[in-house]
Amino acid sequence: MTRKQLITKGFIKDNPTFVLILGMCPTLATTTSAINGLSMGLATLFVLVLSNMAISAIAPVVPDKVHIPVYIVVIATFVTLLQLLMQAFTPGIYATLGLFIPLIVVNCIVLGRAEAFANKNGIIDSACDGLGVGLGFTLSLTVLGIVREILGSGSVFGWKFITGDGMLAFVMAPGAFLCLGYLMVLFNKIASKNKGA
Amino acid sequence: MAVVSNFKNMVICLFTTCFICAVLLAGVYALTKAPIDRTNEKLLKESIGAVLPQGGELSEAKTLSVGGQPSEYYESTENGEVKAYAVKSTVVGFGGPLVLMVGITDDGKVYNTSVLSHSETPGLGAKCNTDEHFMAQWKGLDPASKILKVKKDQGDIDAITASTITSRAYTLAVQNAVDAVKGLMK
Repeated sequence: MTRKQLITKGFIKDNPTFVLILGMCPTLATTTSAINGLSMGLATLFVLVLSNMAISAIAPVVPDKVHIPVYIVVIATFVTLLQLLMQAFTPGIYATLGLFIPLIVVNCIVLGRAEAFANKNGIIDSACDGLGVGLGFTLSLTVLGIVREILGSGSVFGWKFITGDGMLAFVMAPGAFLCLGYLMVLFNKIASKNKGA
Repeated sequence: MAVVSNFKNMVICLFTTCFICAVLLAGVYALTKAPIDRTNEKLLKESIGAVLPQGGELSEAKTLSVGGQPSEYYESTENGEVKAYAVKSTVVGFGGPLVLMVGITDDGKVYNTSVLSHSETPGLGAKCNTDEHFMAQWKGLDPASKILKVKKDQGDIDAITASTITSRAYTLAVQNAVDAVKGLMK
């Protein structure tokens, strides 16, 4: 796979949310609005790229039996770093995403990429892979956030185009599952068409 | 994997990884501590400013018991006389702790309220921060003439649509603050 393919595969073909169905907890919980989805996606992207690079660098000297603890420590370090930085410089976003930032540590996408890709490939390839998967995740969360915000609050990125409330159910958990389900159908349709071509 | 998984290698590897990570985090913590403290202090100052009448001189943080828990409050004094209190009041909302700053003047009336932090549902309970009608009813509220309960519980407070639990929690937080200040003024 070329580096360009590594970066673009996450958008549709190997989209972590809609095609691989990974990392559902932050996906369902944080996409109440477009801006929340986008911020959560970017936070995960940041951790993915850095942890992929670090893990691909240290993988050759990590004994096999302790590789999971070592990877988790590395990932947790980057997540805590991000948490401190967000608290300091973007307190508004930190206040809304607060609880879900520490949970990036156990996001299966991050450890999954470390196990499946970063520990077998070079630093630059791993960075591209992290970027690709991270961008795919960001895209999915933003799309889901936009759809739920339009239906649930009648606004896009905080810009309101109706007066009053939207369909409140879409801001809550049932709406998250509904939107996610329909978007999955749509993405898999596109993904399977691309495969046939 | 090139390195053999014997005891020595595993210990060295884990120790080194944890050591480097700890040093890195300590560094970032030291760098971000000042901005984080500044942001928190600014938020606190803003919320106190919003819930108290202007012009008073603000005291340092003091502690009192609000709703059975130790909490902070600030006194606003004018010519040596305490004119108003700003009380931090914490209750459990729908999604987690709901922390309010409640300003109460020396006649026992609520001057204004503001939300310090909350984890309510966006688009529903989170409106306790933005819903004008809900927020306006706290301004100048006299706890002696109104029942501090939502209308569903035979009180006088209009709840936010579809967010009764948040509205109840908010009302309870104000009630706790009012009670705490009553104890202070005795």
